[in-house]
Amino acid sequence: MSLLFVENLAVSYGNIKAVRGVSLKVDEGERVCLIGANGAGKTTLLKAIVGMLPPAKGSVHFAGQSITHKPSFQIVRLGLAMVPEGRGIFSRLTVAENLAMGAYARRDDAAVRQETDAMYQRFERLGERRNQPAGQLSGGEQQMLAIGRALLSRPRLLLLDEPSMGLAPMMVEKIFDTLRDIAARGVSIFLVEQNARLALESCDRGYIMASGNITGAGTAATLIDDPAVQEAYFGA
Amino acid sequence: MPRSKRQVWLTFIALGMMLALLPFAVDFGLGRSWLRIMDLALLYVMLALGLNIVVGYAGLLDLGYIAFYAVGAYCYALLASPQFGLHLPFWAVLPIGAAVAGLFGVLLGAPTLRLRGDYLAIVTLGFGEIIRIFLNNLNAPVNITNGPQGINQIDPVSLWGVSLGKTHQLFGITLSAPHQYYFLFLLLTLLVVFVSLRLQDSRIGRAWAAIREDEVAAEAMGINVRNIKLLAFAMGATFGGLAGGLFAGFQGFISPESFNLMESIMILCMIVLGGMGNIPGVILGALLLTVLPEALRYTGNLQRAWLGHVVIDPSDLRMLLFGMALILVMLFRPAGLLPSRQRKRELVAKGDVAVQEQASVYDAKR
Ligand SMILES: Nc1ncnc2c1ncn2[C@@H]1O[C@H](COP(=O)(O)OP(=O)(O)OP(=O)(O)O)[C@@H](O)[C@H]1O
Ligand SMILES: [Mg+2]
Repeated sequence: MSLLFVENLAVSYGNIKAVRGVSLKVDEGERVCLIGANGAGKTTLLKAIVGMLPPAKGSVHFAGQSITHKPSFQIVRLGLAMVPEGRGIFSRLTVAENLAMGAYARRDDAAVRQETDAMYQRFERLGERRNQPAGQLSGGEQQMLAIGRALLSRPRLLLLDEPSMGLAPMMVEKIFDTLRDIAARGVSIFLVEQNARLALESCDRGYIMASGNITGAGTAATLIDDPAVQEAYFGA
Repeated sequence: MPRSKRQVWLTFIALGMMLALLPFAVDFGLGRSWLRIMDLALLYVMLALGLNIVVGYAGLLDLGYIAFYAVGAYCYALLASPQFGLHLPFWAVLPIGAAVAGLFGVLLGAPTLRLRGDYLAIVTLGFGEIIRIFLNNLNAPVNITNGPQGINQIDPVSLWGVSLGKTHQLFGITLSAPHQYYFLFLLLTLLVVFVSLRLQDSRIGRAWAAIREDEVAAEAMGINVRNIKLLAFAMGATFGGLAGGLFAGFQGFISPESFNLMESIMILCMIVLGGMGNIPGVILGALLLTVLPEALRYTGNLQRAWLGHVVIDPSDLRMLLFGMALILVMLFRPAGLLPSRQRKRELVAKGDVAVQEQASVYDAKR
């Protein structure tokens, strides 16, 4: 059974239909990406999955139970974490306080401390700046922090909304390296990206979204080789 | 350098002695009326610490906070005065008042959960006024609150059969009513400080900090934003109700007039001036804003002595200086006189865009 199973999900803002009956799934240990143009409804879809927007119809199942109408704070506790578009860090709290927030729902303090230290090892820049306000970090560092914070909730599935947005190529590389590492340690990943080539290269499968619908799906390899995809999403 | 344990203890003992001797010194040096002002100052410290939970910790701007003080005071007055002929004991009345106020906190919190900033401020302001107007008008058709006349002859606080309203001798020391109230209020203030401190460093405190920063992100961290906000309203209101009950017992008389909007604003000013979110700052703010206006009353006599007549009415002078002080503090110490670590950082963070730009460039090179 799939870890995440979305069936015929529709979301509207008033009478604007942003997501029009989307079905998709992510299996345990899988890396799946979702690509699509601006305004396709990707962010809306993610928000509806994690309970930040109410769906108009359809259902979402996670780890065998329905989370369709659960409040988002409960969904996180089930092991579904999101790194939102624009990162959503607490800019006036310190780096350390931000990471601690990620572990808010956890009670195993010793393990949290250990994982936090491991996080500082992985992202040295965060370690050096642990007592600085997160708002003073660079964009790339903030993205690292957002990912690290989401990981501290010990998710089974990590949703990421355009983690490469606005970052220099070097930083994008680093973020994707990190994602591959995380996946290697058994966390499933559902990644929304504008950078289609890079996304497909680091995932197992992909979905393509346009105007609120899923218009294509397949293994990453077939999508990369698909001329239509190449023309529409790989740019030059 | 870590301070030694002994040093900490010595500081505590010195502070304790000072607080214990203070009422005698004030009574001797400045007179009984100043001792009463000190008692009131302690009540304001409790109120300010209560509002600090709502505004300072959780970031919910509440302009009707005095309503909870009123609820606590009226609970006490109705349950321990000739109004209904009820004379419940202090140990029962005080917690009832605090609990009812806490309930009112939830009552205010529940419908305003989705509001923030200015909108929340307006609704809470309205709530405060509604409570006051209710108290003013609940004398007909059934007389509950006795309307604008207020409630008289409220039972003084009485503990183990000892009424704090009367003078007592203890080990050859004469303890007047204000002396005794001072010690009771001090004890309860310390309790409120202790609870505030514990809350600040708890999971709940962290959750408050998160919703103060960003509610959506807080929810995404697994924080039950609704409950955590209600808890802030309830805790703040409970402290307000506690102080209100003590006020009723201490004064022996209350009327709706004591619970107007100006009072709410005054308490807000105490925490803004002192340092929102920082306990020593809030205490300092509360003490300053209760003691200084009283001290300014003397300027009337001074003016008469020096200039022959009163040029500026002391109460006008009070507002003038008060406004000036607020402006000056906001200009030069925008996070308050004793700012909290976090507020200080917030202000630094805003001015540090340049640092961030630099960091981005550095990133690209790395
Ligand atoms: N809060 C909102 N109110 C009304 N309409 C909205 C709102 N948020 C998004 N929309 C609309 O819904 C549609 C989908 O938006 P969404 O943010 O999901 O797109 P996206 O695929 O994430 O785009 P991008 O790649 O630019 O982030 C757009 O047409 C957008 O204008
Ligand atoms: Mg988007």
